[in-house]
Amino acid sequence: MHELSIAESVVEAVRERTAGRPVHKVRLTVGRLSGVVPEALTFCFDLAAAGTSLEGAVLEIDAPHGRAHCRGCRRDFTMDDLILLCDCGSADVEVVAGRELQVTSVEVG
Amino acid sequence: MCATCGCGTDEVRVTSVGGHDRHDHHRQHGHDHPHQHGHDHQHDHDDDHRSVEARTHTIELETSVLAKNDELAAHTRRWLTEHGISAVNLMSSPGAGKTSLLERTIRENRTGRSIAVIEGDQETLLDAERIRAAGAKAVQINTGAGCHLDATMVSSGLDRLQPEDDSVLFLENVGNLVCPALFDLGEARKVVVISVTEGDDKPLKYPHMFAAADLVLVNKTDLLPYVDFDLDRCEKDARSLNPGLEWVPVSVRNGVNLDAWYRWLGAV
Repeated sequence: MHELSIAESVVEAVRERTAGRPVHKVRLTVGRLSGVVPEALTFCFDLAAAGTSLEGAVLEIDAPHGRAHCRGCRRDFTMDDLILLCDCGSADVEVVAGRELQVTSVEVG
Repeated sequence: MCATCGCGTDEVRVTSVGGHDRHDHHRQHGHDHPHQHGHDHQHDHDDDHRSVEARTHTIELETSVLAKNDELAAHTRRWLTEHGISAVNLMSSPGAGKTSLLERTIRENRTGRSIAVIEGDQETLLDAERIRAAGAKAVQINTGAGCHLDATMVSSGLDRLQPEDDSVLFLENVGNLVCPALFDLGEARKVVVISVTEGDDKPLKYPHMFAAADLVLVNKTDLLPYVDFDLDRCEKDARSLNPGLEWVPVSVRNGVNLDAWYRWLGAV
């Protein structure tokens, strides 16, 4: 259940940057190849935020698709699992997006 | 507790096994972790929003959730490099044979370097005691409810362990094929151990772990005649996630192909 560690890291990162002001909303980007499950993270966020300036804050998660570039056919394509295989049959594929795990912004009072 | 990095958190326990119990912060990680400051773009909402929003404003952060872990891991990596220490993060499900592999690797040490181990388990000192009995320095980190090692725990473990310059350092992670894949510890290489009794479908079931690995050791090959484990299929699946990984089937029990493991280790 690494989502609890991730949630604690989110709370810590936000507290460092908000100087104790009440936080109403936290926006995250959690790419679909990041290995983090948004539902589990949302559950853990409430636990991690309890008793802090983030208590009761709404968590908004943007979960962008994975994107890859095939060096064989030079095409970009969407990937939602980690298998490196292009429709052209090439496995010479570079993941270019989808591993994001970022605090994008927060709304403070 | 160190307020900067959180080392020595209430639940995590770091214990030396075998007479080198020190915690003098000799290996200072400096308490100078770079923090991300600046470029907070604050902009108030328009005044004509007369709801709660009117009294709130948005702060753009654009910061990695794991920035703190990753910065500390980078600091650890620099420190290890400066001291000529090669660190290997060893990961597997529980019971795949990580500790047995280390015991044999220590007893047959072909590296020409000293070996030290940071052991991660939720509870008990059992593994650190096994490593100590095999002849290496060991520190046990008990993560309590935690399911993986992180950079803070490893930094605390290194303070206690004081590994020799030019040594090989193993970070034996908590047995778990999911969570450890996400946390950089400052290691030079990641090794995943799977055993043939677990089934050959592990790479596709736990893709993040195999995507992150530099080397996969397939252990317990002496049991292949008794289980339905397709080595070729397993390797093909693992390479579909990570074409560059190295693949070494071994039997820690009877020693088959351990030379290949020792050669790999000699090149780290």
